[in-house]
Amino acid sequence: MSGNKEIKNLKAFSTAAERFEGSHVLCPGCAHSIIVREILNATNDNMVVSASTGCLEVCTAIYPHTSWDTSWIHIGFENSSTAIAGAEAMNKALRNKGRIPADEPEPKFVAFGGDGATYDIGFQWISGCFERGHNMMYVCLDNEVYANTGGQRSSSTPIGASATTSPAGSTSYGEKRNKKDMLQIMAAHGAPYVAQVAPNKWKDMAKKIQKGFDAEGPVYINAMSACTTEWKFDPADTITVSDLATDSLVFPLYEIIDGTELNITYRPKNIVAVRDYLAAQPRFKHLFTPKYEYLIDEWQKRVDAQWEYLQRREEARV
Amino acid sequence: MSKSIHDMGWDELVLGAAVHSFKEEIDYNPSQVLPENRDYAETNSKYKYVGDWRVFKPVWNTDLCIHCQFCWLYCPDTSILSREKKMIGFDYDHCKGCGICQEVCPTNPKSIIMFTEQTEEEEALNQWPEKKGSK
Repeated sequence: MSGNKEIKNLKAFSTAAERFEGSHVLCPGCAHSIIVREILNATNDNMVVSASTGCLEVCTAIYPHTSWDTSWIHIGFENSSTAIAGAEAMNKALRNKGRIPADEPEPKFVAFGGDGATYDIGFQWISGCFERGHNMMYVCLDNEVYANTGGQRSSSTPIGASATTSPAGSTSYGEKRNKKDMLQIMAAHGAPYVAQVAPNKWKDMAKKIQKGFDAEGPVYINAMSACTTEWKFDPADTITVSDLATDSLVFPLYEIIDGTELNITYRPKNIVAVRDYLAAQPRFKHLFTPKYEYLIDEWQKRVDAQWEYLQRREEARV
Repeated sequence: MSKSIHDMGWDELVLGAAVHSFKEEIDYNPSQVLPENRDYAETNSKYKYVGDWRVFKPVWNTDLCIHCQFCWLYCPDTSILSREKKMIGFDYDHCKGCGICQEVCPTNPKSIIMFTEQTEEEEALNQWPEKKGSK
């Protein structure tokens, strides 16, 4: 039985009894906790949560305090996925042996990881979990950089971003390689549900999270998480920058069901130029010099091509 | 171990540690029980204080608020308190003063405005800006 909440509107959503407490030490204006709250509030079921090493983990579990009113476990950088897969397998085994009564409601198993833990360090483990088909949800909090350790580039960092290990300067425009398309990779595992979400589109996000909870098998969610510290914008602008990201189609919101059926779930009424999205973040400020300005046009072309591809795939249903 | 965890150094802790959110084992699902009715343990971060991170504090104008709940939704610190679809105030122990609530407030003029931490609430309400014209 599904414990998903019926979310008609924001007022109804706001009656949720929060299971994520304040006084975690995430930066003011951090999108991580907005995403976590939206996910925890989407269901009434008990939850078992794990977190990879990263901002979310170090900031919400400062010994001897915890910000989680759910079961929560942290093991290592790479294995939030396998930790939760183990818990899920144990739950299944104990139920088969009758040591957990059959009328005890099923909890939801959710693993959180940053983009470093997902795109780079934990990739093999996640792939294993998806291959074995555990009934779990993996949420990647994608802020495109190793924010916890001081802003090193990850394989999610996009071209042109200045990170501490790919700094922009007189001889370099910053990161040289394009972002890994993690969603397509996870969809290629044949996962029943894969989706990209953004906290500013909360209704779309709640719907996708609930769909993910209802799906049987491993679910991958890529959550865009604007990072005030490493993207270097003002803490108050987290939602503004998130809006620019979704409306410029740099982060298109779509889902892939059973690895084939692609649906675009948000089509902006007014598509914003990628230039505006880049201009809002000082990590791209060197792109606005004559020397590197050609990169902005390349960005725009890349985003247009990606959007064209998504639309054609949605139409073709393959 | 007899020592309280607060008196221990990091090197005295055993490998693999458990921290409890609630005082005892609970027989209810927290998603069904509002925070004020839960029995929190002292190790819950709820009892920590991060209010001193703040430079600007949000002030709420009840006359202008339409209870749209956008501030509740986007608060990263669970510091907007809402009960029965109405906003009821701020949790200043947990608010870090990021200013997202002011940014997402849709009313004209804003119902939440950031003032410096020292400003008294009454003083802040007295200098509330006028409605911006559409001209």
